[in-house]
Amino acid sequence: MKTVLGYLRPYAWRAAAGVAIKFTAAILELILPLLLARIIDELVPAGDLPAIWRAGGLMTLLALGALVCNVTANRMAAWVSMRMTQALRHDLYQRVQALSCAQADRFSPSSLVSRLTNDTYHVHQMLDKVQRGGIRAPMLVLGGLVLTFLLEPTLAFIQLAVSALTILTIALVTRRGIPHYARAQTAVDAVVRILRENAAGVRVVKALVCQERERFDEANRENRRAEERAGLVMAAANPITDLLLNLGLALVVLAGALRVNAGLMPAGQIVAFTTYFALIQSATLGIAKVFVKISKGAASARRIQEVLQAPVQQGQESPQPAGAGFLGMEGVSFSYLGKRPDVADLTFSLPRGGMLGILGPTGCGKSTLAALLPRLYDADRGVVWVGGQDVKSQDRRALQSRFGVVFQNDTLIGGTVYENISFLRGISREAAETAARTAQAWPFISRLPRGLDTPLELRGANLSGGQRQRLLIARALAGRPEILVLDSADSALDYATAAALRRDIRLAFPEVTLVVISERVSAVRAADRILLLQEGRIDAQGSHEELLETSGRYRRMVDLQMGGGAG
Amino acid sequence: MKRRWLKRLWQFLRPHAPALAGAAALAAAAGLLALLVPLFSGWAVGAVGTEAGQVRLRQVAACCAGAALSALLAALFSYGAAAVLTRTAQAVSYALRKAAFARISELPVQFFDTHPAGDLISRVCYDVDTVNAALSTDLLQVGTSLLTVVGSFLMLVILSPPLSGVFCVTVPLSAALTWIQMKRIHPLYRLRSRDLGALNGFVEERVGCHRAIRLYQVEAEDLRQFEGQNAAASETYYRADCAGAALGPSVNFINNLSLAAISVFGALMYLDGTLSLAALSSFVLYSRKFSGPIRATAELLSDLQASAAAAERVMDLLDEPPEPGDPPGVREPGKLSGRISFRHVDFGYDPAHPVLRDFSVEIPAGSMVAVVGPTGAGKTTLVSLLLRFYSPQGGSITIDGLPLQQYTRDGLRRRLAIVLQDSWLCGGTIADNIAYGVPGATRAQIEEAARAACIHSFLTSLPQGYDTPLTDSGAGLSKGQRQLLALARCFLSNADIVILDEATSDVDPETEERISAALERLRKGRTCFLIAHRLATVRSADRILVLQGGQVAEQGTHQELLSAGGIYRALYEAQFS
Repeated sequence: MKTVLGYLRPYAWRAAAGVAIKFTAAILELILPLLLARIIDELVPAGDLPAIWRAGGLMTLLALGALVCNVTANRMAAWVSMRMTQALRHDLYQRVQALSCAQADRFSPSSLVSRLTNDTYHVHQMLDKVQRGGIRAPMLVLGGLVLTFLLEPTLAFIQLAVSALTILTIALVTRRGIPHYARAQTAVDAVVRILRENAAGVRVVKALVCQERERFDEANRENRRAEERAGLVMAAANPITDLLLNLGLALVVLAGALRVNAGLMPAGQIVAFTTYFALIQSATLGIAKVFVKISKGAASARRIQEVLQAPVQQGQESPQPAGAGFLGMEGVSFSYLGKRPDVADLTFSLPRGGMLGILGPTGCGKSTLAALLPRLYDADRGVVWVGGQDVKSQDRRALQSRFGVVFQNDTLIGGTVYENISFLRGISREAAETAARTAQAWPFISRLPRGLDTPLELRGANLSGGQRQRLLIARALAGRPEILVLDSADSALDYATAAALRRDIRLAFPEVTLVVISERVSAVRAADRILLLQEGRIDAQGSHEELLETSGRYRRMVDLQMGGGAG
Repeated sequence: MKRRWLKRLWQFLRPHAPALAGAAALAAAAGLLALLVPLFSGWAVGAVGTEAGQVRLRQVAACCAGAALSALLAALFSYGAAAVLTRTAQAVSYALRKAAFARISELPVQFFDTHPAGDLISRVCYDVDTVNAALSTDLLQVGTSLLTVVGSFLMLVILSPPLSGVFCVTVPLSAALTWIQMKRIHPLYRLRSRDLGALNGFVEERVGCHRAIRLYQVEAEDLRQFEGQNAAASETYYRADCAGAALGPSVNFINNLSLAAISVFGALMYLDGTLSLAALSSFVLYSRKFSGPIRATAELLSDLQASAAAAERVMDLLDEPPEPGDPPGVREPGKLSGRISFRHVDFGYDPAHPVLRDFSVEIPAGSMVAVVGPTGAGKTTLVSLLLRFYSPQGGSITIDGLPLQQYTRDGLRRRLAIVLQDSWLCGGTIADNIAYGVPGATRAQIEEAARAACIHSFLTSLPQGYDTPLTDSGAGLSKGQRQLLALARCFLSNADIVILDEATSDVDPETEERISAALERLRKGRTCFLIAHRLATVRSADRILVLQGGQVAEQGTHQELLSAGGIYRALYEAQFS
């Protein structure tokens, strides 16, 4: 909440001006009944017709003034809350961008989406409602209190005590509502997740005739339950306020009666008290709505704050001695969840411009190994080096700018073919075309109705799997990286295309240091060093020829895949 | 047309009509009890009198107790009304989300290729939430306010019919003013909901690219684009708010104006001798009673507008045409023998660019047919057509001699076991995922299927084994493992036709080989349709179709095609070059 309110600072003056104008409007509207009373109590009995007309005219003017002030104040409030939300959303997005992959995993993408969207709305609504509806009521209560103090301090103390009690109760109610709303938002995360998965996996969902409705229903029901609990708590705000105010009135009348009886005050003051009381009571009419928004907004603000205050990870650390070679690892272990290591005891090195092949069955840690090189994750133990220097001691951005990577789960974005290759980097069309040619994507791109400018459907749904894969490769090549990591990037390509791809990459990037991950010997056979991975560990390493000598497993793979050895 | 959403919304409210009536009754009772409080306190003040020592304390105390009691009852009743409404609103929101999701799951696949998931999220979350806010609090307030206004107005008419004529001018005036403004504002609120949906669409896509954005260090450009969307959404949000901001105050203004008019005309009538001072005074008192509720209601008008626009968006989603339903007379497929034939099929996603041209092939029941060919040749399209994601523009596809359209769509899909390139897993545990679509599968059967898919030993190595829950974070399964799970699901099913579309593209050849052996067992009594670009997996097929340019370029067994020396042979040799 504090973080969110910090966004008020740049607009504080404007917000204050808005509040002042709202205040003025309220005062103008309070003068109206006074004038009304004057007309009826004084002018009418006196039969002063011109004065009646004047007073009527003045009332009209005041009403007009109140109109202008209220509209202006509401608009200013809307402006301030809009700007605050925009700035908050901007910063939140920026923070999400800067989350390390491990942090993003922990929050989960769906929850991040939900925080960026649903939670920022709730905060927006809160800011708006508090400024628009949260001024008049407290002001009238406060004003009423001041007036009653001027009138009769003893009775006013009772009123004050009751008001304090009211505020306390509302604060408690609001606080009790927050955890329920927080639970509701967590349920919304699940709703978001199911919707995302169903949109992305719609073909499989349909093919399996999935009954996803049950799973959705669970999240939906949990959301309803939590919101209902929160609603039932918050619904108490209005009745409690009303009840306490009414009880206060009864007390005031009772105490007033005693004081009148004792001759301590005139009876007329009790009547005056009840008038102010009516005023205060009507002012608190919409108060519950404001507090519902506050409690919902506070729950969301907390969720936003969790992201904003997530510690900055992956700073530069003092370097550990790196091994020989341009790129390599020594004794590296890493675990995503901090339990069983996903990769362990990785040790290897590769000279500049060399090619590293990583081979092994699915789930053996190949992608994990690759993710450690550009420091997407930091190794738990051991040292990873790139350019001869411990990656943890390098500036992350400088390090990553040397890489071009195609991951297994990379996705295309909305936009044209060109925009997907350029990927926000402002790469020239010529460079994009060159990259597409090297990636073997040009033949199909040139056949598309508008070539590079053909718009893609979401997630590239109007392309085949192999075409999507080649666009992603073109994306990685377009930045002319120093180190190129291809994680099963040719799994959807036929052999001829995959072979042409390997050849053209070598031709176009003779200097590049290449890391190729594959399940297939053919993709890595030309590598200077092949790592044969098994259950997160390096089972054997060496060149194709060396491995044929030393590793029985490798030999079996070659036999199986290449129809007999040296091939 | 315009008011249709209101009618649709009412369909969701109607089941709760008794609850709504109950809430109204409770609210009315609370309102009446609340009126007793000033009455009692008035009596109490009367009992005080004016003289010190003369106060009838007992009577004062009794009246105060009465006031307190009625206040307590009023509070209880109004809480009751609010509680009933909260529950009702939540039930309606729940039903809306449920209906929205039900419709989402019936939409054709093309919908998801053009509508961002973020926009759907926005409708199911933000828009429903906005409707909910209106139902749970605004409705109650509008109702009670209306009650007060009507009651007070009746009193006014009794007190002085001519003077209440003022309201005959001002009430229609404010109604007209509101109407005109609402008409102008409504499209703005629609835009606001739409732009928020667009912003969500952007966010959903880009958060999904977190890794790539980070790695390519395009945060600045990404942020710039985000800020463009953010600014646009904020701007439309503000524009709607801005227009809505005048709604409440202008209604209020007219109310204030009528107060001025009453006092002046009332004074004139008094001077004219047609109205007593007492009557004027009560008249004014009652018309002031208007002000509070009218102000509160007027403040809600813009919220109600937002809710209306949101409701409309939810209803628009509910009205999206689903996949065409099964026409009457179609058959629920029982056991199929699995004879598939494509006859002269023409198809293009965009008819101007055909993918399949006069494509014909006969697949005998119980055979294993493989489709190979370069990427983009239309292999996956065949599967999409079999699954009826799309309909061919020409020709026909039959299974067991009957055109696909003559089977129920879901029934047909249930007879097919299918593993697609992008395997998708639902939430829940690994065991749940394997047993998906096969209710009542035993743990032994699940493990058997996992063994056939070569993933059993991996699964047992997990700390929670088969009960490991799946999440959407990066630490999950590898792509190949997901494919193996999908295969296990396929092995467990009792479908008649098995379709594997690049089902093992990310699986290592050793595992693939073992799966092929399991496939041999699976295919017994089933038709298998295999798509691959890797030829190792298709060697044992009864027939191999080589697809090129949307047509069958070659077909035959592995040996036949090799000796024919055509495209297949070239493809085959490429893997050893």
